[in-house]
Amino acid sequence: MAVHQIHTEHTDSETGKLGMWIFLFTELFLFGGLFLVYAIFRAKYSAEFHVAAGELNAFIGAMNTVFLLVSSMTVAMALAAMQKGDRLLTLFLLTVTIILAALFILNKYFEWSHKFEFGIYPGSPVLKNMSHGELLFFGLYYMMTGLHALHVLIGMVLLSITIVRVRARRINSTRYLMLENSALYWHLVDLIWIFLFPLLYLIT
Amino acid sequence: MASETQVSYLEYQGRHKGIWSWLLSTDHKRIGLMYLYAVIVFFFIAAILGVLMRIELIAPGRTIMEPQTYNGLFTIHGIIMIFVIVIPGLATVFGNFFLPLLIGAKDVAFPRLNLFSWYLYITGALLGVLSQFLGDGPPDTGWTFYVPYSVESSTSVIWALTAAVILGFSSILTGLNFIVTIHRMRAPGMKWMRMPLFPWAIYATAWIQILATPIIGITLLMVIAERVLNIGFFDPALGGDPVLFQHLFWIYSHPAVYIMILPAMGVVTEIFPTFSQKPVFGYGAIVLSSLAIAFVGYFVWGHHMFTAGMSYSARWFFSFLTFIVAIPSAIKVFNWISTMYGGSIDLKPPLLYAISFIFLFMIGGFTGLVLGSLATNIQAHDTAFVVAHFHYIIFGGMGFAFFAAIHYWFPKMYGRMYNNKVANIAWGFNFVGFNLLYFPLFIIGLQGMPRRAYDYLPQFHTGHFLSTIGAFILFAGLVLMVINLMVARRRGAIAPANPWHGVTLEWTIPSPPPHENFEEIPEITRRPYFFGKKEETK
Repeated sequence: MAVHQIHTEHTDSETGKLGMWIFLFTELFLFGGLFLVYAIFRAKYSAEFHVAAGELNAFIGAMNTVFLLVSSMTVAMALAAMQKGDRLLTLFLLTVTIILAALFILNKYFEWSHKFEFGIYPGSPVLKNMSHGELLFFGLYYMMTGLHALHVLIGMVLLSITIVRVRARRINSTRYLMLENSALYWHLVDLIWIFLFPLLYLIT
Repeated sequence: MASETQVSYLEYQGRHKGIWSWLLSTDHKRIGLMYLYAVIVFFFIAAILGVLMRIELIAPGRTIMEPQTYNGLFTIHGIIMIFVIVIPGLATVFGNFFLPLLIGAKDVAFPRLNLFSWYLYITGALLGVLSQFLGDGPPDTGWTFYVPYSVESSTSVIWALTAAVILGFSSILTGLNFIVTIHRMRAPGMKWMRMPLFPWAIYATAWIQILATPIIGITLLMVIAERVLNIGFFDPALGGDPVLFQHLFWIYSHPAVYIMILPAMGVVTEIFPTFSQKPVFGYGAIVLSSLAIAFVGYFVWGHHMFTAGMSYSARWFFSFLTFIVAIPSAIKVFNWISTMYGGSIDLKPPLLYAISFIFLFMIGGFTGLVLGSLATNIQAHDTAFVVAHFHYIIFGGMGFAFFAAIHYWFPKMYGRMYNNKVANIAWGFNFVGFNLLYFPLFIIGLQGMPRRAYDYLPQFHTGHFLSTIGAFILFAGLVLMVINLMVARRRGAIAPANPWHGVTLEWTIPSPPPHENFEEIPEITRRPYFFGKKEETK
């Protein structure tokens, strides 16, 4: 009977989007805790933070910023393409997004392993001989970029699932909530990096 | 449509059979019951740990256990009680079961996410209990995980920290689900100011869950990183700051107190009108005070740290706000009492528990002001006085509200009535036992008995002895209460749809509710708590 049809679709797209936005707020607060700690230690050890930031490779950081900014654009274009009903273009743009994300992670891998070669990793003897400010800077560097990289990986998984669903036509030009939410999540990943980049790389 | 037979949610057969029809169910009512059973099991585990501690303290010196065992017991007791019972308890059990019913919805907004939250909850809870046995002995830091000890302790602190992080994640997802449910799924005509007050309380709670819990998540992750990677955020030897941890910890854990108490206030706000057969007094004031508590409660965390080293201006500021946050709570007490005034009062077990909630909550609240003033705090800090204070708030407040809720909604949940007489006797045991257990701690606390201490001076013997007797009485009462309800679940008299003559939506449908909740979604045309005597203005 008609009664049964009213409630079968619990999650219309407005509801789903509202849920995603609230979730993104919690993510901001999660990183907010780290930004707070960063602010406190930077105020306390500002000179040493500047010295330590000089150790980071701003070129790699800038490259990664470009990767993420462009990927944010491609995922937004993917959504627009889906709304226009162009499935193949959507798939192409989503794939580009994931490739850019992978390049980001690859860069991060090289960056981290380069630091490791110099003995700069949490708890290392080299780090213990540095000043307190530098030590805390690198602690924050690893914790913040590490947590961010984890979010990049989760975003990649989400986007991959989205691709599978677009291919299976479960996401189409009338039902694209999952695509929209993955894109929102991806913008968050981008947004957090926009703050991490200057705070860690550009304060020399 | 009327010819359609309505199958109750307890008998409904979905795609899965047997135990899987529960473990894979996305029905908010079944998930609510699964939370209920988990809460009861873990509550009794933690309560037994509590009784063991009380037995140890019945006399000075060693009674039944080693000091290190005692440290493990109060840590695990705290972790289970706080993170597994008190913070999620009311919102997950009764929020899940009754929030959709009270706003005229068929389920929560994200039923599968809801089930996922339950699995996260169970994983976290089991990990918390297992941390007692895994690794290198029970964690001994206390539930607050204060650094530097939580970084240095050789016990399995990491397991307990991980458990707390997982439970926090579950709590965030539940809060998110409820906020979206309330925003999007209210019955037609149910404007914001026509929503019953338990959903309002859940709404305020859910916002705190969402805005505060990520902070504890990242803080505990930082402690894990400290332990594993030796980063130094909180280690003065590496330039870090231990007081910073305390700030981060209480930025969450103080609002968490309101995550516990707001749903409790919501529950009793449902009970007073029903058993007084009178509209709730000051609907708007109760709504606003819930939101005010949620808001101001965010800015008082510093009152846990008056002795930890803060500037004088920070201390008086936190103290001042602590007094401010007491005002909306007092407004609610005023409203509850005014609701009963002039009503036709029916002193059934739910109302008994609700009234004792007011009594115990007020003792807890006033002693909270003693701790919130700077001068008296120095004297009472970290004494048994604090233990008594927060047990009056948490157990006397949230715990008794939980008992009120289960007695109020039991007939709706199971379609059976419990034995009133036994329920009243159990209430008597609980009320007397509770006060005998915790009230002496106020006195010996003021005299100087420290908290978390394994041994004590002979002068505190009488207080501790009385307290342990109280623990036995309370425990007997709890067992009696649970047995009464368990018997009723199987053999109780069949409950009518509306045994208490309540007027909120959950009483308009059969007991137990059908799988679909409402055959037809009701239209709401007026404010809740209309008892058909006189029209409320507005």
